[in-house]
Amino acid sequence: MTSQEYAFVVLALVGTVAAVRVVTADNVVRAALYLVGALGSVGAIYLLLGAEFVGWVQILIYVGAIVILFLFGLMLTKAPIGRDALDNQSRGLAALVGLAILAGLVFLMQDAFGWNDPKVELAHATSEAIGESIFRQYVLPFEAVSFVLLAALIGAIVLSRRDEGS
Amino acid sequence: MIRLPLILFFSATLFSIGVYGVLARRNAVLVLMSIELMLNAVNLNLVGFSQLWRDLTGQVFALFVIAIAAAEVGIGLAIVLLIYRNRETINVNEVNLLKW
Amino acid sequence: MFQHGEEVAEAAGSAGLTRYAWVVALLPLLSAAVTLFFGKRTPGRGWIYGVITVGAGLLLSLGILWHFVDGGGTYASSVDWFQIGPLHMTLGQYVDGLTAVMLIVVTAVSLCVHVYSIGYMHGDQRFTWFYVALSLFTAAMLNVVIADNLFQLLVGWEVMGFCSYILIGHWWEEHVNSSSAIKAFITTRIGDVPFMFGIFVLVAATGFATSNIVEIEHLIAGDEISRAVVSIAALLLFGGAVGKSAQFPLHVWLPDAMAGPTPVSALIHAATMVAAGVYMVGRLYGVFINADPWVLQFVGVIGVITAFGAGLLGLVQDDIKRVLAYSTVSQLGYMITLMAAGPAGRNAAFFHLFSHAFFKALLFLGSGSVIHACHTNNMSEMGGLRKPMPITFWTFLIGSLALAGVPPLAGFFSKDELLVALEHEHEWGLFVALLIAAGVTAFYTTRMVMQTFFGGYRGHGHPHESPATMTGPLVALATATLGLGFLGFAATGAPFFDWVFFEEPEEITFVVWVAALSVGVVALGIGTGYLVYRRWREPDPIAALGPAYTLLVNKYFLDTIYWRGIIRPVRDPLAAFVYWTNQNILDAAVNGAARITQVSSRGVQAFDQDVIDGAVNGIGQTAGFTGGLLRYLQSGNVQRYAAFLFAGVVILAVIFTRI
Repeated sequence: MTSQEYAFVVLALVGTVAAVRVVTADNVVRAALYLVGALGSVGAIYLLLGAEFVGWVQILIYVGAIVILFLFGLMLTKAPIGRDALDNQSRGLAALVGLAILAGLVFLMQDAFGWNDPKVELAHATSEAIGESIFRQYVLPFEAVSFVLLAALIGAIVLSRRDEGS
Repeated sequence: MIRLPLILFFSATLFSIGVYGVLARRNAVLVLMSIELMLNAVNLNLVGFSQLWRDLTGQVFALFVIAIAAAEVGIGLAIVLLIYRNRETINVNEVNLLKW
Repeated sequence: MFQHGEEVAEAAGSAGLTRYAWVVALLPLLSAAVTLFFGKRTPGRGWIYGVITVGAGLLLSLGILWHFVDGGGTYASSVDWFQIGPLHMTLGQYVDGLTAVMLIVVTAVSLCVHVYSIGYMHGDQRFTWFYVALSLFTAAMLNVVIADNLFQLLVGWEVMGFCSYILIGHWWEEHVNSSSAIKAFITTRIGDVPFMFGIFVLVAATGFATSNIVEIEHLIAGDEISRAVVSIAALLLFGGAVGKSAQFPLHVWLPDAMAGPTPVSALIHAATMVAAGVYMVGRLYGVFINADPWVLQFVGVIGVITAFGAGLLGLVQDDIKRVLAYSTVSQLGYMITLMAAGPAGRNAAFFHLFSHAFFKALLFLGSGSVIHACHTNNMSEMGGLRKPMPITFWTFLIGSLALAGVPPLAGFFSKDELLVALEHEHEWGLFVALLIAAGVTAFYTTRMVMQTFFGGYRGHGHPHESPATMTGPLVALATATLGLGFLGFAATGAPFFDWVFFEEPEEITFVVWVAALSVGVVALGIGTGYLVYRRWREPDPIAALGPAYTLLVNKYFLDTIYWRGIIRPVRDPLAAFVYWTNQNILDAAVNGAARITQVSSRGVQAFDQDVIDGAVNGIGQTAGFTGGLLRYLQSGNVQRYAAFLFAGVVILAVIFTRI
């Protein structure tokens, strides 16, 4: 267990706890804030792994924009602030399914890799290299994604427009 | 140097937590949040493998996932708002017109 | 299916028009069909088809006769129709001089009747149908005349019987007419049954090889059929003649058949149908000649009884048509007797048939004219009609003179031939009997003429001459009567016997003393009749015969005997039995079938409702039940759906990675 692994384990634990709190919190705002924690830990892990661009983008977009969006959404839909049972009656089934998925994934992972191999060498993935990759090899998906973002933008505006006297 | 299985285990954990959240939460916005967890788990996988094989494809793809996730949340929240406008509630149990 | 049979043209030259003899028979059949379907719409209501076709047939028949006048020979042809076992059923024609003569007789008289009926039946409600039946009858008779095989002859024979029934009962609204028609049909039927069996015997005797008349006669002449069989066949065949030609004891239908319209009486019951029996005997003469002698003797006896007995009955009738009817029966008896007198007699019989057809038709049509004018059949209500109806009178007189046997008219020659033939065969008994009968004939004929046309008018109407459509045929027939006699007279060459002969043409001899004797007897009859009936006397002088008169008026009580002895004992129990069978057996069967249907239908209904419907309903209910259960899957809860989705994904993923 190297030191990076220790750091990873710590960050992972933080992320896990935060994620659990997201799905079990009674208070919706607290859930959103716990989401920040989960997303943040993931971002930190990205940095640990050496994917600096992805890590900062994670923080920037997810924590910086998406969670804010969630909070706005919660505000606009008058989410119940305060203690309330936010789970429905199929919690059991959901837990079961979740555990099944976990078990399945772990099993597959075991089958493929085992517990110890392979080892990830932590190296620096520069932004320059990522930029090159995006704008050279993956320029077409990049354009497609920007198109999707444009469509999502317009769609969101259209959807949430109030029908004014028409 | 980090053992890949650890990363994968963590990502699996996040994913199943996210699945639980999607299936168990009543508030639609919380469901969307759980979906974000799932997407993050996927991203973690991508980045991990990308660093393992020194191939930037994984990270580029993770960036696209993030972008798409942002778009999806935008649209999703717009829809939730519409539902709220129509039904005064975003309790997913009460949006059940397809019930027999 | 149709193959042409052999054509036998024995003449030196071509067959001439004899080839088309079948056309003569076909034309009236076509006109019957056309009249049936289109007659009502044709102006004049359909008489035109019959007149045209029969007229054309007459012209063609004259052409055919010309072939024989010219020295031509026999023509025969046939087509194979179908086969029953070894027997070939054919349609064919056998055209010799006799056929030609008969064709002329039938078409000429039929044409006169067709024309006559335009006026006589004018305004009748079934005018068109009358003409259909007339044409059909003509076609049937012509078929009999040209037939070359027995079955074809039988077909025509039976159709004629049917048409006779239809036409006698033309005014069937009156019960007496319909019962007369039934009487005619049944009585001739009684004769037709042995006739059919006679045909069957002959055909069977050939081994079912043929029904062709010529071939059968060849077989008989060649001794290939035993004499006993031939005799039986001849006797049976004669049964048909007894029925159709109204010989004793089946003559009772003919006087009652006068209930039909007079043109019908003229055509069917004077000239043609009743002659068919005589014709048949003559055509099948080979059978009769080669039978045991007693057969022909029997034929002759029947003929004499008929001739004599019916002649006497003609003395006491008041109805003018009945006088003529009994006269017809008597003359037919003459012909049958002649048939019994050997080949010479046969030929003479045909000559008599030939001339009798013309003058008897003339007399009937004339009587129709008189009846039409006086609106009564009874001579007691007529009288003195020679002034208002001159054409009718003179033509009727000519016909009467012919009937009586006054030279040089046709009737004299034929009666003369009869007596010559009998003298030749030395049949003195028959000779005397028929001589007396000739006198009686002359007497009642004169009586008829005197009562109708002389004396004062005793009726209540205003008789006037009939229209040209009626008097025209009278004149035509009278002319024929005047001229036809010479065809058989020895001094003029007797061409008739060049055409009609049996195996060989015979030489006709004129025996003076026989002729003188017959003329004398006839003169005696006419003279007596004139003297007795010059003035009308009430009651009829003939009643002076006393008990004989009673016997004659009651027709020898034959009708009574038949009714009490045969008809009633058969009809009543038979009718009761038929009724019982109908009620208890037939109706019971029908009801039983209905009952079974009812019961089975209930069973089917139960099956249909409980089993089949039950199954169908059951399927429906199962579907509904299952759906009712399955709908709970649609909770409307999206998360539920997602849960199942994920679970499925996991399972599938595991499966796919492990496989």
